[in-house]
Amino acid sequence: MTKIIRAALVSLIAFTILTGIIYPLAVTGIAQLIFPDQANGSIIVKDGKRVGSTLIGQPFDDSKYFWGRLSATASFPYNAAASSGSNLAESNPVLVDNAKSRIDALMGADPQAPASVPVDLITASGSGLDPHISPAAAEYQVKRVAATRGFEESVVRALVAANIEYRQFGILGEPRVNVLTLNLALDELGQK
Amino acid sequence: MTTNGLTQIGLFIVVLLAFVKPLGSYMATVYEGKSSGLNLILGPIERLIYRMLGTRPEDEMSWKAYAGAAILFKFCFVLLLYLILRFQGILPLNPQGFPGVSPDLAFNAAVSFITNTNWQSYGGESTMSYLTQMTGLAVQNFVSAAEGMAVLVALIRGFTRRTAKTIGNFWVDLTRSVLYILLPLSLVMAVFLVSQGVVQSFSPYKNVPLLQTIGYERPRVDADGKPVIGADGKQLTEPAKAFEQTLPLGPAASQIAIKQLGTNGGGFFNANSAHPFENPTPLSDLLEMLAILLIPAALCYTFGKMVGDTRQGWALLVVMGILFVPFLTVCYTAEQAGNPLFTAIGVDPAAGNMEGKEVRFGIANSALWAAATTAASNGSVNAMHDSFSPLGGMMPMVLIQLGEVVFGGVGSGLYGMLAFAMVAVFISGLMVGRTPEYLGKKIEAFEMKMVALVILIPAVCVLLGTAVASVTASGVAGVSNPGPHGFSQMLYAFSSAGNNNGSAFGGLSTNTPFYNTSLGIAMLFGRCWVMVPIIAIAGSLAAKKYVNPSAGTLPTHAPLFVFFLAGIIIIVGALTFLPSLALGPIAEHLMLYK
Repeated sequence: MTKIIRAALVSLIAFTILTGIIYPLAVTGIAQLIFPDQANGSIIVKDGKRVGSTLIGQPFDDSKYFWGRLSATASFPYNAAASSGSNLAESNPVLVDNAKSRIDALMGADPQAPASVPVDLITASGSGLDPHISPAAAEYQVKRVAATRGFEESVVRALVAANIEYRQFGILGEPRVNVLTLNLALDELGQK
Repeated sequence: MTTNGLTQIGLFIVVLLAFVKPLGSYMATVYEGKSSGLNLILGPIERLIYRMLGTRPEDEMSWKAYAGAAILFKFCFVLLLYLILRFQGILPLNPQGFPGVSPDLAFNAAVSFITNTNWQSYGGESTMSYLTQMTGLAVQNFVSAAEGMAVLVALIRGFTRRTAKTIGNFWVDLTRSVLYILLPLSLVMAVFLVSQGVVQSFSPYKNVPLLQTIGYERPRVDADGKPVIGADGKQLTEPAKAFEQTLPLGPAASQIAIKQLGTNGGGFFNANSAHPFENPTPLSDLLEMLAILLIPAALCYTFGKMVGDTRQGWALLVVMGILFVPFLTVCYTAEQAGNPLFTAIGVDPAAGNMEGKEVRFGIANSALWAAATTAASNGSVNAMHDSFSPLGGMMPMVLIQLGEVVFGGVGSGLYGMLAFAMVAVFISGLMVGRTPEYLGKKIEAFEMKMVALVILIPAVCVLLGTAVASVTASGVAGVSNPGPHGFSQMLYAFSSAGNNNGSAFGGLSTNTPFYNTSLGIAMLFGRCWVMVPIIAIAGSLAAKKYVNPSAGTLPTHAPLFVFFLAGIIIIVGALTFLPSLALGPIAEHLMLYK
């Protein structure tokens, strides 16, 4: 019996050191050496300042910017310190109410927008931090953004096209547009 | 369903199957103690661990000693983890200064991780320090998985040994699982994940400015920090502005690799693998999904190889496959159909149900992940199951309720499947009036009693727990969705806990003394009361003589047996859970499509 207790206690220490200290430190060492950008949050730096992460979405409700998914994170939308989905069931009336008020907001910003809104613009993502929208959802907003900024639609559309990420290897995932990098590119265009 | 969606699913299945034989035979080599190539590097570490533990590979254990070691090992770790959780506030590597967690949450989280469940009543990035994640939770991801694999190997020895008193050495099986299988795979996987954008850093969280300052309503608090309640009983809010975002960091990739490979599933961040820092790209998604089923699938081959007839292993893998594919198909179809309430307000249903899903993964990958993570007892998610359609969400729930035997947890899934295989040979033996035998061992009253425990105890945990929750105020208080879906939330929670899955209908507020305690107990019973009877069966089988197959022996690698076994699993699951499912997802579906 004492032999088993000793083994149990020693295994506690041995495995904690091996898998809880040596292993994560080894991974951190390799990661920081080979992939320092990715390991530290894929930060976008502009003029020496951090302006966001390519992987983490930001909230937008100004009509001069493209808007992303809805976000159900606590306190304010796209609160990266508290990732969360809405967890609303398909049958929950609140889900439909949220969708309707988003449609109203989109129509309010652009009364000529088509009545059929792409579904990713009226639903919250699982993380609440989804950085992407579908190309259809970006196209839906091109007119509004171009009109607000006084740009030609074709200019904005070309910018959207340049920011589409296609399926990895042509197969994996879905085509998508990174809302933050697209909006940063828009601002840059405005300054020229 | 889209052509691309089906291509992605097909690709996943092909790649998974390609790994079964090489990894499966490698694992057999490891457990038989033969040289495997990695010995050159890891051999000295292995021998050092044995010396420290005071054991040798030749020291064999009876089934009682084996079970005793496994339970004592669990007990020591649950205590250590509980203490780390309670005292993380005064321990190092806590750059965000998180306080120690409450006693009920610490109990729940400790039990959850030692039972390979990884149910999470907390949000990782807002509760757990780097030290807790790394030396507490991630360590459990390794050892709880290794323990499941060790018990499986003990059961396999029960079949292969003849009139033997012992079933192996727990410490040796455990050490080999960690050292030769889980650690090397995790290391490779973690580096791959970082290349895609998963964070791995000990820096504190980083603040970045928002491109557009955003207004929001903040709950009002008085001078003492207490919420101000208005005349209508609701908390008052005040307008506020958000200028910046706090990006969480931490040693995430190292933990995510093992949480996928060890069928643990506990997210580093609250949103689990839906979080862009936990699962940034479609390629990382594919890798993480493969990691869920990789070891459980390959262990089937390991089993076949160790019992000397690989057809036996393939037969069990086929059973898992023919159960998995229909559930996946229904889930995918239901999610692709879109929300009928949205269709009614003019939304095109072709793009599917995107609530709780990420654009980069889309419908196909979200449905595939949901099926894989619940078929295996992984429980990580890349989309929120609570927001799935009624039938789409019912598929993961049923896959859990089948007892986590369709792939299942690493080790635990296959030993559960072997328990069902014994039921199948027993029933078919009764049909023709012969003493049932499996792999040359007679299946008798003792084995059947233990198998009955293995199948019934998780079911009791699920149904009793749900029943208690749905008739107590503290149980119902956690529900966040109205109507039958609210019941589904409770049913899913106890299904997940009782079968050690760990995924959730996440709207249910479970960080309360009631849920933390009741789910914690369900997890403990669901793990220990399956594991110990399995070890007992291993001991009893090892002691038996080998019976040569005769003309009347049921061939357990043939299609007849495969379909019979799949049928038994479905019938046992359906008889146990259909009434409760009718009250939850089925009722919700009928209401939504009335």
